[in-house]
Amino acid sequence: MRTVIFRTVAPYLTSLMVLFSIFVLLRGHNEPGGGFIGGLIAASAFAIYGIACGVAPVRRAIHFHPMAIAAFGLFLSGMAGVLSIFVSRSYMSGLWTSVHFFGNWIDLSTVLIFDIGVYLVVVGAITSIALALEERDRD
Amino acid sequence: MAITSEPLKDLSVAMVTEPVTMAQWLLIAPVVWCLLVGAVLLMLRKHTWLQPLIAIPALAVLCLLDGLLLAHVMVSGPLTMTMGSWLPPFGISFTTDSLGALFALTSALVALAAGVFGRTDVDDTGRRYGFYPFVLLMMAGVSGAFLTGDIFNLYVWFEVLLIASFGLLVLGSERAQLDGGAKYAFLNLIATTLFLVATGYLYGLFGTLNMADIIVKAPELRSSAPLMTLVTLYLLAFGMKAAAFPVNFWLPASYHTPRLVVSALFAGLLTKVGIYALLRTLVMLFPFERTGLADIIAIVAAATMLSGVIGALAQNDIRRSLGFLIISGIGVMLAGLALGSAAGLSGTVFYAVHSMVVMAALYFAVGLAARINGGFTLSAGGGIYQAHAGLAFVTLALFFSVAGLPPFSGLWPKVILVKASLDVGAWWLAAAILVTGILTTVTVGRIWALAYWRPAPVDDLTRSASEHDAEPPQPVRLPRGAIAALAGLLLLTTAFGVWPEPLIRLSQDAAIGLLDPSAYVLSVFPGEVPR
Repeated sequence: MRTVIFRTVAPYLTSLMVLFSIFVLLRGHNEPGGGFIGGLIAASAFAIYGIACGVAPVRRAIHFHPMAIAAFGLFLSGMAGVLSIFVSRSYMSGLWTSVHFFGNWIDLSTVLIFDIGVYLVVVGAITSIALALEERDRD
Repeated sequence: MAITSEPLKDLSVAMVTEPVTMAQWLLIAPVVWCLLVGAVLLMLRKHTWLQPLIAIPALAVLCLLDGLLLAHVMVSGPLTMTMGSWLPPFGISFTTDSLGALFALTSALVALAAGVFGRTDVDDTGRRYGFYPFVLLMMAGVSGAFLTGDIFNLYVWFEVLLIASFGLLVLGSERAQLDGGAKYAFLNLIATTLFLVATGYLYGLFGTLNMADIIVKAPELRSSAPLMTLVTLYLLAFGMKAAAFPVNFWLPASYHTPRLVVSALFAGLLTKVGIYALLRTLVMLFPFERTGLADIIAIVAAATMLSGVIGALAQNDIRRSLGFLIISGIGVMLAGLALGSAAGLSGTVFYAVHSMVVMAALYFAVGLAARINGGFTLSAGGGIYQAHAGLAFVTLALFFSVAGLPPFSGLWPKVILVKASLDVGAWWLAAAILVTGILTTVTVGRIWALAYWRPAPVDDLTRSASEHDAEPPQPVRLPRGAIAALAGLLLLTTAFGVWPEPLIRLSQDAAIGLLDPSAYVLSVFPGEVPR
């Protein structure tokens, strides 16, 4: 699989796919998309990078161990639900607020935090599996 | 930047509007706590020395949370919190009565003991593989299963604990572990699939998954819907999870392969989640269908307890023998389910609590014994009494407990169950329980005589004689943490045996709550008229 063309294109492809995955994550609340599908896109981006350039560069590029990323996502999702304790509502109640940002009102919510957590869980878990499989392939 | 809730036209039609109390947060706290700590531990996987320092206090906090929850439920009845503030049955409800809270607390205590024991049993490799994160995530699943009030959510927690248990089972990736793990995973996935099929079917019939809502709707659907099929499917699925007789092959195939502390944890917790699910579905949700199935359950119960104990008697590996003893205990619990009376069910609840504590403790004791003479084989065993008389006596006490001999906790639930069987004239069920008790005594007596009481095998003795100038074997020092974990569980089983009234009262409370779930329904739907 390591042709010159593939190796040259893979980094651009990967960065585009990661960017797209973040776009999908953020549009997910009101339109098709969200953390899960975004995470899958990002994980396949890392998988492609791994196929093209080997597993070690991917591990270097994402810096943290994929399982640690997944764990952080789990923590984030769990904490997103806990915030509602401060307003005396049930676990996982959605809380909303708006911030003024460069002339636009942007809605922020605990739901978004939860979704980012899901994104990280999926990225971490699937990347971890994909990289492990790619490593086995070369042995 | 203040956090405000989204302004809707009329929230009260869709959402819970009254403020949620801290007591209600106690319901979700054990699950969330385990998930969060599990996630943190997973992030710190490389720092193996830090893992037990975080995990053991975290498990102690879990015990505290479950204890507070049980205390609250005992004082003011069943408690509900519906996630996301949506009104039940659309939001997922966590509801618990004394049954769920009691099981959650006992499982947390066992997990704490396992965490402390694991500090000495699981080496750095095991910790790097993620022993403590898996324990915490499994406890999230177990607590969730005990506390949820939604049957699909119960399925989800089953999955969570199953996935974590796969991880624990293959910790270390040895050949025998992968073999046991594959059987365990495959047969458990079949049971889970059956559970999912039954739940899909239930949703098709009822249009709801909330347990309280099912209780309310079951009477009117009973004449038209094939509820018997549904309940039989649940019996099969949860019977498989609980290791009931014809569908229990996964347990003896896998429970002797993992690390001892993992075996202990599984022995204590996993099958009891199946028993709990059986109690919830068969007794609380569909009591009429349970009556129809009572004879089958009774036969299964008798077959499970007898086949279990005979299997235990036939084994040469102590761990395998203990695996069969777990199955035998499941049979005794099923006997109470078959009877279905308040007394029978309270016997089941008491026995489940007893079994969680004692089976975990037995695996600890056997693990410590293996550290002294290096094996689990009966035929080559021996010499524990010489090397460490204290451990031999502790094990004997646990054996008494598992056989149902006084003054330990195994006695009372068996007394309750035998009396309950005789009350309804099921003399053969009572006889099965008593015969199982005798055979269990024989089994554990055999293990104790061969592996503990008799002197170490001759060739070992001659070897040590030549090494130590014919001195008797040196007393062995055991790690303090492991002894503390074992002693804690032994203390529990002795306390339940000597002073059983509080636990008997609690089990009766749980049984009555199962038979008359009006308080449970009222806690989910305030103002609803229960059946």
